[in-house]
Amino acid sequence: MVELACTPGQTVGPFFQCALPYPGDSHLVGDGHADAIRLHGIVYDGAGDPVPDALIELWQLGPDGRVVRQPGSLRRDGTTFTGWGRCATDAAGHYSFRTLLPGAPAGRAPYFALTVFARGLLDRLFTRAYLPHADSAADEMLGALDPARRKTLICTADGGEYRFDIHLQGAWETVFLTYRGGVPG
Amino acid sequence: MKAAGKSARVASQRAITREIGRIAAANQGKDEPQPRLDYPPYRSSMLRHPRSPFVCVDPDEVERWAPCFGNDEVTARDADLTTGHAGEPIGERIIVTGRVLEATGRPIAGQLVEVWQANAAGRYHHQLDQHPAPIDPNFTGAGRCLTAADGTYRFLTIKPGPYPWRNHENAWRPAHIHFSIFGRAFMQRLVTQMYFPGDPLFGLDPIYQSIVDRDVRQRLIAAYDHELTEPEYATGYRWDIVVAGDGRTWTEERARHG
Repeated sequence: MVELACTPGQTVGPFFQCALPYPGDSHLVGDGHADAIRLHGIVYDGAGDPVPDALIELWQLGPDGRVVRQPGSLRRDGTTFTGWGRCATDAAGHYSFRTLLPGAPAGRAPYFALTVFARGLLDRLFTRAYLPHADSAADEMLGALDPARRKTLICTADGGEYRFDIHLQGAWETVFLTYRGGVPG
Repeated sequence: MKAAGKSARVASQRAITREIGRIAAANQGKDEPQPRLDYPPYRSSMLRHPRSPFVCVDPDEVERWAPCFGNDEVTARDADLTTGHAGEPIGERIIVTGRVLEATGRPIAGQLVEVWQANAAGRYHHQLDQHPAPIDPNFTGAGRCLTAADGTYRFLTIKPGPYPWRNHENAWRPAHIHFSIFGRAFMQRLVTQMYFPGDPLFGLDPIYQSIVDRDVRQRLIAAYDHELTEPEYATGYRWDIVVAGDGRTWTEERARHG
């Protein structure tokens, strides 16, 4: 069988603003949607300073717990839920998505899958933002983490507002993931 | 570590080159398929890399699928960076093409490829770029396309210039085009940079050198391909992109041997 060598990553750099953000990128649902929630937070560096030039991408299951197979993320029609969006952080390091709560397969803890890019970050990072009260017994990975690290993967909620800060480094460093069967090494 | 964060004195190129050389010598022969996230010669990486090891997980179903994009979301003009303005951009017109593949050789079909780059003078169309080189009113430097059934992408653009940055004194980035790639799976997401053959700045650039394995970093260099070059119009570069495993095979294996 052919086994081609993988192309390595490189930093997104400081100038992605001219290419990656687009109108409606972070609005997975219209603002009139009855079940709309907000997933938001601040990206911090190892000194505790906000990161104003990061880009977060969101990918999630639909509210029914199924993978979404709908195109339309680049040109939102206001009704189709595509399960995907992106948001560049603002000058205060803040990102915000308007979306729906993800479902999960029976017995599993629901989460938002996130990718993090930033100037100074030489390759993208993967993480999961679990909904509050995630049952760590129902999730092998959460269950295996010590409580302080587990906490970095769990959103806090205030009504329809779900907060998930991302710490690239430091005492509250977010747990980042690598996938079995993904990039070798 | 001597140079920390914002208070760091600006290092000379000679000092940076020395740091690059030390790290390369200490890691010779190691099989590292990705850039180092902790790479002090790239100063901005110091406070922006996680120190804890990654937690290795079995990808869930959502992570084994990727968002899909439709043909009506991207137009043919989006892949031509030389159009859309009142006039033609200044610079060397180039065709950049290749295929997006999985390691097995399977093409990634119908997926989104996004690019962005500096103009021929080495300046980005971005308010934070303070390089005193001319802005080209006929060049924005952003494009996108969907891959064809055989994984092919193709852009028509202008060869970007090298540009100075403030990592250290007299720091210059080799000419490059930024690429954003989606695979069939969320976990295959890739953002990287394509370089041009023979760039004299390779040895001096801490971003390129953050991939300490020479063979691995050379995968980022496109090949000049005269077959792609169009007479009296544009020169051609070919660059194939290989994304990591999608996790599906592994999971199937696990189910089988479980």
